[in-house]
Amino acid sequence: MTAMSPAPEAITPDPEEGPAKGRDLRSWLPTVRDTLVAILLALAVGAFLIAISDDEVIEALDNLFSYPGSFFIYAGDVVRHSAGAVWDAYSALVRGAVGSGSALQRTLERSAPLICAGLGVTIAFRAGLFNIGATGQMLVGALAAGYVGFTYDLPPGIHLLAAIGAGVLASAVWGGIVGVLKAQTGAHEVITTIMLNQIGRFTVLYFLAKESFQREGSDNLLSPPVADSATYPTIAGLHIGIPLALVAALGVWWLLERSKLGFEMRAVGANPEASRTAGMSIAKVYIATMAIAGLLSGLAITMTLLGLQQSVTDQVVGSVGFDAITVALLGRATPLGTVLAGLLFGALSAGGLGMQTSAGVPPELIQVVQALIVLFVAAPALIRGLGRIKRRKKPAAPAVAEPKGATA
Amino acid sequence: MRLEIKGLTKKFGSFTANDGIDLVIEPGEIHCLLGENGAGKSTLMNMLYGLLTPTSGEILLDGKPVSFGGPGDALAAGIGMVHQHFMLVPVFTVAENVMLGHEQTYGGGVLNRRAARKQVRELSDRYGLKVDPDAYVEDIPVGVQQRVEILKALASHAQVLILDEPTAVLTPQEIDELMGIMRELKAQGTSIIFITHKLREVKAIGDKISVIRRGKVVGTAEPSASEAELAEMMVGRSVSLVVSKDHAEVGAPVLKAEGITVIDPRGHVVVKDVSFEARGGEILGIAGVQGNGQTELIKSLLGLIKPDAGRIELAGRDISKHGPRQSLEEGIGYVPEDRSHDGYVGSFSVRENLVLDLYRSDEFSRGPALRLDAISANAKARIEEFDIRTENAETPVAALSGGNQQKVVVAREFSRPLKVLIASQPTRGVDVGSIEFIHKRIVAERDRGTAVIIVSTELEEIYALADRIAVMYDGRIVATVPPDIPRADLGLLMAGATPGGSTDGSEVAS
Repeated sequence: MTAMSPAPEAITPDPEEGPAKGRDLRSWLPTVRDTLVAILLALAVGAFLIAISDDEVIEALDNLFSYPGSFFIYAGDVVRHSAGAVWDAYSALVRGAVGSGSALQRTLERSAPLICAGLGVTIAFRAGLFNIGATGQMLVGALAAGYVGFTYDLPPGIHLLAAIGAGVLASAVWGGIVGVLKAQTGAHEVITTIMLNQIGRFTVLYFLAKESFQREGSDNLLSPPVADSATYPTIAGLHIGIPLALVAALGVWWLLERSKLGFEMRAVGANPEASRTAGMSIAKVYIATMAIAGLLSGLAITMTLLGLQQSVTDQVVGSVGFDAITVALLGRATPLGTVLAGLLFGALSAGGLGMQTSAGVPPELIQVVQALIVLFVAAPALIRGLGRIKRRKKPAAPAVAEPKGATA
Repeated sequence: MRLEIKGLTKKFGSFTANDGIDLVIEPGEIHCLLGENGAGKSTLMNMLYGLLTPTSGEILLDGKPVSFGGPGDALAAGIGMVHQHFMLVPVFTVAENVMLGHEQTYGGGVLNRRAARKQVRELSDRYGLKVDPDAYVEDIPVGVQQRVEILKALASHAQVLILDEPTAVLTPQEIDELMGIMRELKAQGTSIIFITHKLREVKAIGDKISVIRRGKVVGTAEPSASEAELAEMMVGRSVSLVVSKDHAEVGAPVLKAEGITVIDPRGHVVVKDVSFEARGGEILGIAGVQGNGQTELIKSLLGLIKPDAGRIELAGRDISKHGPRQSLEEGIGYVPEDRSHDGYVGSFSVRENLVLDLYRSDEFSRGPALRLDAISANAKARIEEFDIRTENAETPVAALSGGNQQKVVVAREFSRPLKVLIASQPTRGVDVGSIEFIHKRIVAERDRGTAVIIVSTELEEIYALADRIAVMYDGRIVATVPPDIPRADLGLLMAGATPGGSTDGSEVAS
């Protein structure tokens, strides 16, 4: 993870000359400490939920309230059974995530698309753009990659590359549209990405209803499976999407930290006015950033489609598109952080499965824990933010009158 | 009211912004607080006004210790403040602005405007502040807006008035009027804390002068002290206030502007048919009060704004259609008027900011990649050459002092061959020591044959640098005068007075 910049308030002598006017989207990001605390808190709340939904604990609680005279006996039962239930569930979670070869494989398979799509959100974030559109970008990517995958008959390696290329290209165009709209008309990317998610979904449904996309003999909106020649090869049971995701992360790091375009992206993200004055084209940066963000989302969906799932439906993306946003925020919009957060979410998702099968805990609990992580990550920032607003409100109460002159 | 400050200290983390400040402000005294930017003046005033809580130390009013939870408490205790940036609602009238925060109402929450108007009239009569209570704030000049701010403070019975750099936005005439008002307030027993870094004003109006350096009061002086003495106290070493420069070797015109007209998004014509020439080896000073079209004029020169009419020529070639990138590459150096707005990227390191508009050159990039070694070497060289005080090249620019931030911007713009240098407010908010340095570099650039255009609202700066002065008023260049024009005449021109037949038109002052 890149070194955290020192809190500028602390070292800036003069508040008037103060830093960052809060335009930098990155000021929202949690610190590493906040993130770790949030994960622990979320697991703690999860433990509470596991305990109070456990049959033995419920019974012990029942007894506790029915026979208050034997308080200590039943209270001991409550604690014992709670601890047992939580231990069962969380040890199943860990085993399901990393406990065996197949568990690890599942974790990595689930992490890879999360990392790639997360990188798409990360890179946009660094250029000051809030990319909510991974879902839409992935949907059209799936459509394109799937079409090439199940329609054509090409030699193995080439077929895979063609399918990946088609998916990535379609997603990049879908993302690029957002950049063009923002650059040309100023349309806010949050609105346009959300709208394009919808458009993407219905585009997929439209095509799936067409004969050329429809699986023979199926009444569902389901495409034929992609040909074997267009699926990711596996090494030791793992498809090569995982190393590919790490390469993508490395590529994003290089782009951001070592390239001219990345310099422009970071500059535009932090201070568009200064970037313009320095001769950068903000329009170009927006378009390039969103196209690359789309490209990464496209790569993510090929890992699902050409690695695991094999056919296109309108559900092919699942929750990856939105989890990608969480992964990027949790990863502090750095490539390394995104990889780590992606692995965490992959592990939680794979472990949730194990928790369900061996401890009988519903897999929804994992979604609750994930949501709680986000909530707790947001909360300290929120609390800090509230504190800041309160402090500022007083001096800045009435609007500031512009110095005037020529407008008279 | 007697205001006493005892051992006031404010720490931000490990940084001590104010360190054991002791001050006494007697009733009816004009106490000048002199100090460089970042010296801790604003921190001190923000504690007095309840915006910051002191780490330790006491504030005493008439001998009684007080503590403020916010500006409301300070106001209630009789301390009023006029900020550098006005806190007025432009679409409200003067009276409405004055009553804001302590509105008198009839029953049912209906505003009592009559009472507010009456209060404004009474106060303006009493202190000689000429203000129409029914004028809308957006329609009145800056100088009058400032009076409204003072009225606001007086309306809440302020007995100690803090004026934070009040003269920065005023014309010389308005400054004189402000000083008249200050004397009137003083005569009626109000104490004034006058914050500034302009030595001349301190000498003109101060009863007592306290100098703050690096968070400490380093000394007090009488108004009779010489400017050089005061400057030395402020900076901690002797500084030369006059830039030594040889006679200009004026060359051929390099940049020609013809009939530039800029209409802002609201439809106001902010630059009106401006024509001028900038010649090699000469510093053209564009003088004028802020907001008279200078900002838009120089933005259009760089291509940040497309002029609605007119033509800009650089070395004989039309560059009117160029964007900033082409203009920079053609050899225009540009120091923007507000560095934090568009001069640097605050979260970027010094190293990165030093190549903010150079990273794409062959020197600093190869293909799509940046040449980090070259960028680091450049940073090292510039930090040394321009004496940029920073912990290291990786420090974010936002963490530097104002003067050093400006040096980063100036160092960057001076680090490539220039045909024209356009610098707007090159030393705004910059300490005296850095001013000296930046001025020297500007003169050196001129001596190299570069055409230099300096836009400044500070007469001192114009007089120190300019070989020729163009005065802008209401979007026009109303006169072009030699640098030996008397201060009073230049002030009149800046205020829009028609010069005695030195321009061809009579429509000048609109």
